[in-house]
Amino acid sequence: MSSGRTNSETKRITQQVGFGLLGFIATLTVLPIIVVVGYMIQKGAPAISWEFISGFPADGMRAGGILPAILGTLYLTLGTAVFSVPLGIGAAIYLAEYAPENGWTRAIRVAITNLAGIPSVVYGLFGLGIFVLFLKLGTSILAASLTLSIMTLPVIISTSEEALRAVPNSFRVVSTSLGATRWQTVRRIILPQSLPGIITGVILGLERAAGETAPILFTGAAFFLPNLPGSPLDATMALPYHLFVISTQVPGMPVQIQYGTALVLLSFVLVMNIIASVIRSRARARRLW
Amino acid sequence: MKEQAPLPERIITRGIQAAGYSSILFVLLILYFLISEGAPAVFEVPLKDLLTVRWYPIEAYFGILPLLLGSLIVTLGAALIAIPAGVGTAVFISEVAPGWMKEILKPLVEVLAGFPSVMLGFLGILIVSPGLRQALRLPTGLTALTGSLLLAGIAIPTIVSIAEDALNNVPRAYREASWAVGATRWQTIWGVTLPAARSGVLMAVILGVGRSIGETMAVMMVTGNAPVMPLKWNALFSPIRTMTATIASEMGEVATGSTHYHVLFLIGIILFLISLAVNITATMIVFRRPKRSERILS
Repeated sequence: MSSGRTNSETKRITQQVGFGLLGFIATLTVLPIIVVVGYMIQKGAPAISWEFISGFPADGMRAGGILPAILGTLYLTLGTAVFSVPLGIGAAIYLAEYAPENGWTRAIRVAITNLAGIPSVVYGLFGLGIFVLFLKLGTSILAASLTLSIMTLPVIISTSEEALRAVPNSFRVVSTSLGATRWQTVRRIILPQSLPGIITGVILGLERAAGETAPILFTGAAFFLPNLPGSPLDATMALPYHLFVISTQVPGMPVQIQYGTALVLLSFVLVMNIIASVIRSRARARRLW
Repeated sequence: MKEQAPLPERIITRGIQAAGYSSILFVLLILYFLISEGAPAVFEVPLKDLLTVRWYPIEAYFGILPLLLGSLIVTLGAALIAIPAGVGTAVFISEVAPGWMKEILKPLVEVLAGFPSVMLGFLGILIVSPGLRQALRLPTGLTALTGSLLLAGIAIPTIVSIAEDALNNVPRAYREASWAVGATRWQTIWGVTLPAARSGVLMAVILGVGRSIGETMAVMMVTGNAPVMPLKWNALFSPIRTMTATIASEMGEVATGSTHYHVLFLIGIILFLISLAVNITATMIVFRRPKRSERILS
């Protein structure tokens, strides 16, 4: 009997030590995230002022603001959205509502997982080859946006498809039985019901595009421009590339401007992240099914 | 007799279909452009010169082995950190943490997934690299290990989210049966839940680590840009250069159509093939035929 008790005692201790260890690992993984965000805010906030947000770089980027980089990232994100949102949602609708279960559909899925795995710098090479050189768009906002949209596509497709599939089948059955065509069902019933999920997916995709550097390195990013881009065929400065430039290529860069730029970039993606989570949780609370 | 849909609807259906098939087109286009720009390298530089240890493009030395091994060692280091951290965190979130803690941990991991890699690189230069140099008394903090640490940060969110999904998908009945025969929760995790979720956890590890091979900016900024063979025992603590960093740092300066340009695209083809292999392996694990015992139990 006594040996049985020690045995269960050992088990209990093993479990406690084990759980403690797992908790320690999780803390070790998650804590740096909080520390990094806090540290970035603490170091970057003093640099942020109206002049910093709305001004042009001065003195070889060692002073002044980062307006061209902020606007550039906005342009690139919007440009990416123009191509990837309709195409991505269209593909998701096809996969969720139209596609038959056959080899072609499997091939489409394989292609999407493939696109998701291709390294970002390889997208940069592809963009250089097809958009910049072959289609002669030059290093431009257009070429960079097109490159980013193909990279973003898998995220948008898979999250949107999941949102579409979450709509219960009874919605489709009822709509069809009332005489609606497939597109009418999609447009009037399925899309409105799955919209929050789709928007979340779109934002997460665009968040990735906004923070990427490697795909725009040779397709549209400029080291420094004295003027704002005048057309989609101009190159542009962009926040991630700017952060790369001022932290590796410019000697004697004031640390404060570096942290300020990093904080603006971080806020850009964090705000998108938060908006996506809010939409998702509000939609969950209000869902009809 | 089937009524034909009105014209606008037929056009829309065609459009949706085209959008669906576009992914196949893009993969083929990527492959085509990589090959058309990269294949000439094989004719311009003999294979035996490509497989040498000296990368010095200005004098036409195009040995890609140091870059290949550089990528490999950084990724290996990242795997050593990210696998225990990622799987451990996933197990903790899914099996141990109470509900309120999950609600905090999961969004935090998502925040990490959203960190732009250039921002991690920036923090690497300013904090991780000087920290490592002091702590390990290295001549420079720009080493393979620094890159591995940042890459781990990039691989962890993928590992955690896929592995946690896999653990969540293990039917509750498995755990209950294990508790019923007297196993503790701890024994159940190791003896039942993790083995039942192993294909998902394995896929998480492969995708997380596999994709970090393709990471560019963070690695380029902190690994010291030295295309040397990482063969000595202290390779992890020395500067190296990865394939991705080589493309990113040199493509901007090469003349279009030069040998150097073609070789950089060839490295792109290698990276593409690696990502393809990673994906195929991960998919094969998922679509593996379940064993008879698993079919009966699930």
